[in-house]
Amino acid sequence: MRENIGFALMCFGVIFDAVGCVGLIRLPDLYNRLQASLKCVAMGTSLILLGTMVIAGLSPLSAKAFLCLLFILIISPTTEHALARASYIGGVKLWKKSVVDKFKEDIDKS
Amino acid sequence: MMINILMVSLTCCAFLCLFRMARGPTASDRAVAMDILGIMIVAFGALMSVRTGKEFYLTSALVWSLLNFIGVLALSKFLEGRGFDD
Amino acid sequence: MRKIILALFSLIVWVLLVWPFTPWGFDYQSFLVGIIVSIFVGILFGDVFTESPHKFFEPKRYMWFICFVFVFFWEFLHASFDFAYRVLHPELPINPGIIKVKTNLKKEFAIGILANCIGFAPGAVTVEVSEDNYLYIHMAFIRHIGAEEPGAYVIRRFERILKRIFE
Repeated sequence: MRENIGFALMCFGVIFDAVGCVGLIRLPDLYNRLQASLKCVAMGTSLILLGTMVIAGLSPLSAKAFLCLLFILIISPTTEHALARASYIGGVKLWKKSVVDKFKEDIDKS
Repeated sequence: MMINILMVSLTCCAFLCLFRMARGPTASDRAVAMDILGIMIVAFGALMSVRTGKEFYLTSALVWSLLNFIGVLALSKFLEGRGFDD
Repeated sequence: MRKIILALFSLIVWVLLVWPFTPWGFDYQSFLVGIIVSIFVGILFGDVFTESPHKFFEPKRYMWFICFVFVFFWEFLHASFDFAYRVLHPELPINPGIIKVKTNLKKEFAIGILANCIGFAPGAVTVEVSEDNYLYIHMAFIRHIGAEEPGAYVIRRFERILKRIFE
């Protein structure tokens, strides 16, 4: 019973990973790609680690999976913010159908 | 049996990431693809440790996630147009 | 004071890494090594850890932290399902842009935590934090463009709880 629940969680995780990678191919510009795929892939990896914890029960493997999940949840938004800021300052343009760009207006004003 | 299918499909997703890494127009696209590939390697380590029952793979996945974090931060400093020393 | 708190945190991480509860009893040796290592870590890095250590002894903040964890996971689930819908839809219903929102938080550490949490809100990522507490957020789908602050609902949920935890 416990193994079946763990395998179901892992299947959902792999599905989320696949959706994130399809988004990496399909979306038009860097910022949309960054958000979509990093969120979906972080969700998929968390679900896979949760499935590992459910299968292993209370054991050293489960403790390490918990620590790994904590690191993933701390690390992925930080790298997202750092990459978005660095690529905007480094000169990557927005998509040409973007609606509004307040940051560029403020830079031009000052 | 079940877990082999999961591992094969995760490998196919990694090939999609590699496609974006080869094709991406700017250097930032390649950095994003590298970050995502690093997170997926952690998932691969977890699947491998369930399959063999050894915790060794999960330990190396932990170390890999930390190293990937430091590498992407250094790369973003480089993409911003500054040196590593500020 | 802050050195003792940091030593306790590092001892918890050590116990999770080594897991001394073996089936033939408690493993005293690795636990003793963990105590020595965490005392060293506390002495070396305690000065850069936190500014106001008295906040660790108020149980109300821990209650709000548990509440924050639930809100965080709800937003995370919402965000990933939202993006799965947008990616798999054949016409790509996105409407991107960069907007500007003012926060009410004062402390620098709380603003940093907020800017990182927005990375997991549905369809938003922080691009830059300016010096007078304005956040520039890139959103994938902006709903009310003509309004006063179009994306303010994204950060208000986190802001209310973070204000009670850190200030």
